[in-house]
Amino acid sequence: MSIRVYLPRDSGALSVGAEVVARALRAEASRHGTALELIRTGSRGLYWLEPLLETDSAQGRIGYGPVAPGNVPGLFAALLAGGDHPLRLGPIAQIPYLARQERLTFSRVGVIDPVSLDDYLAHGGYRGLRRALELSADQIVAEVTDSGLRGRGGAGFPCGIKWRTALGAPGARKYVVCNADEGDSGTFADRMLMEGDPLSLIEGMTIAGLAIGAAQGYIYLRSEYPHAAATLEQALAAARAGGYLGQDLMGSGRHFDLELRVGAGSYICGEETALLESLEGKRGMVRYKPPLPAISGLFGQPTAINNVLTLASVPLIIERGGKFYQEYGSGRSRGTQPIQLAGNVKHPGLIEKAFGISLREIVYDFGGGTASGRPLRAVQVGGPLGAYLPEALLDTALDYEALAEAGGLLGHGGIVVFDDTVDMAAMARYAMEFCAVESCGKCTPCRIGSTRGVEILDAIIAGRRPDQFALLEDLCATMEAASLCALGGLTPLPVRSAIRHFPADFGLSARDPA
Amino acid sequence: MAIAKLSLEHHARVLSIVRALKQREGALLPILHRVQAEFGFIPPGAVAPIAEELNLTRAEVHGVISFYHDFRSTPPGRVVVQLCRAESCQALGAQALAQRARTRLGIDFNQTCADGSATLLPVYCLGNCACSPAITIDGQLFGRLTPERLDEILDAHGLGAPAR
Repeated sequence: MSIRVYLPRDSGALSVGAEVVARALRAEASRHGTALELIRTGSRGLYWLEPLLETDSAQGRIGYGPVAPGNVPGLFAALLAGGDHPLRLGPIAQIPYLARQERLTFSRVGVIDPVSLDDYLAHGGYRGLRRALELSADQIVAEVTDSGLRGRGGAGFPCGIKWRTALGAPGARKYVVCNADEGDSGTFADRMLMEGDPLSLIEGMTIAGLAIGAAQGYIYLRSEYPHAAATLEQALAAARAGGYLGQDLMGSGRHFDLELRVGAGSYICGEETALLESLEGKRGMVRYKPPLPAISGLFGQPTAINNVLTLASVPLIIERGGKFYQEYGSGRSRGTQPIQLAGNVKHPGLIEKAFGISLREIVYDFGGGTASGRPLRAVQVGGPLGAYLPEALLDTALDYEALAEAGGLLGHGGIVVFDDTVDMAAMARYAMEFCAVESCGKCTPCRIGSTRGVEILDAIIAGRRPDQFALLEDLCATMEAASLCALGGLTPLPVRSAIRHFPADFGLSARDPA
Repeated sequence: MAIAKLSLEHHARVLSIVRALKQREGALLPILHRVQAEFGFIPPGAVAPIAEELNLTRAEVHGVISFYHDFRSTPPGRVVVQLCRAESCQALGAQALAQRARTRLGIDFNQTCADGSATLLPVYCLGNCACSPAITIDGQLFGRLTPERLDEILDAHGLGAPAR
């Protein structure tokens, strides 16, 4: 008698007991004298169901969750007896949360063993690189341009244009750099991808190397992600051993290698030029632009620097063609966006959908409303530098342009939900405080402005200085216009949106000019 | 200011780390990570030999150490507790959790218990936002934490005044 069970090794699942469940499963198997094949996967992104265990069946994988260690003896016996159990969720692919998604970038996450090259190949892996090796650099860049793929890190810059620039720039060496410094709070899609399907990122970077003529790449990973680091190292070793990385890629005579570098707890190193400084072994100080990194990047050489999700989307685009990817999405936002739903919400998790879905659909149809059951008051979209939007703006569509029109930004696609107990003045103060803690210090508006912003908000919150709103607005305008990068430039966004949509929290009546 | 000096043995350990890694491009961060992994912190006396080997000034090396939140120049407590203070965790009670941690350990953020048992650090997102609120204790990540569960975990590590 033997049994195969899938259980995530994703750090989110581990944080709620997946490893304890794994140990309990092994103990039960040996008690029953049953051979247990325990396959550790990434997470499906249905986090309220974690630890989520799966088994094979004629109808595909069957899910059980959330599994507490105490459930394991009963559940194991049930699996041996045919699978009926109170935690049984049915075929996992038919759970509406998953069935209503369009999983392109995340198609393998939660399905495969992330460090098994065989599993990756069996699920369509390295078809993109195989085709890329038959194309010229120009043709690869053209496919990416045709796909409409825009940088998923937050800025939304067209990937094809960036690569075209790096390809055309003269340089003794060129580099591909992956920005895996996913510092934006409320976002975790990069982590899930690296823990659940790291080979897709490695394949994407290899294709980027062929596209711009680089032989060396770096993955710059934040130090807060030790599980992602371990998974990536195992995946890099597997790719190298299989001939998909290093000398003579897939017998082509071409060369590309990758190294993982770990950051050191600095948020600003998610800004691309600060990241390059950090990779060079320096303080993570933002650079002036121009020159663009595509022309003068790492060590002054032409560098394609892209976010994890951007690079991980590339293999599919090359395999299926730019046109295939371009058919998803709305307006100038093409393809799919991995949305990360978190905060006070019943069903937090990863939702990959074509651009254009509304915030309301995400928060209510997927998220099921607040976890506390209290009325929803605000959502913050796009990380710590994103706007706070009230319930009344939830019909806004999730794409780059529609969010900008609503006074917000998409950022890295994180959405954090707050119920009516939130104090928006405290959240505005937090935005300034965060900027003060993480400012690199190079430009004055960000370095000094954020500290002054905290002081002004403290005065407003204490009710002492209602006359300070004009000063705060002046400060926000200066930070927005004169900061060197997005940290200082966008910190006013959460602050101003909080005042605009929730004036009562600042002691203002709705009609007061803020 | 006097230049801090390492013992001969520690000096040799720092040198062997630097020489093993210095050929890499942009080697300073990997070197500092390795030194901190070995010593638990970056001894001020390590700055001079690292600078000399990499042909940098001591000011440059010190500047890098002091820039990054992760690097520290003094030994941490036996157990490091990192508590996420970002928005998603705030939406699910991180403030109450922070209050409990401070009361239990008798210290504020960025402080170490007088007996050296624990250091409490703020962190701005552990990427576990879908299982908020989140903390790490001794490198292990915990999600969906309540103050009661935090008490259990601190008890298990023998940290702070035990919960009644």
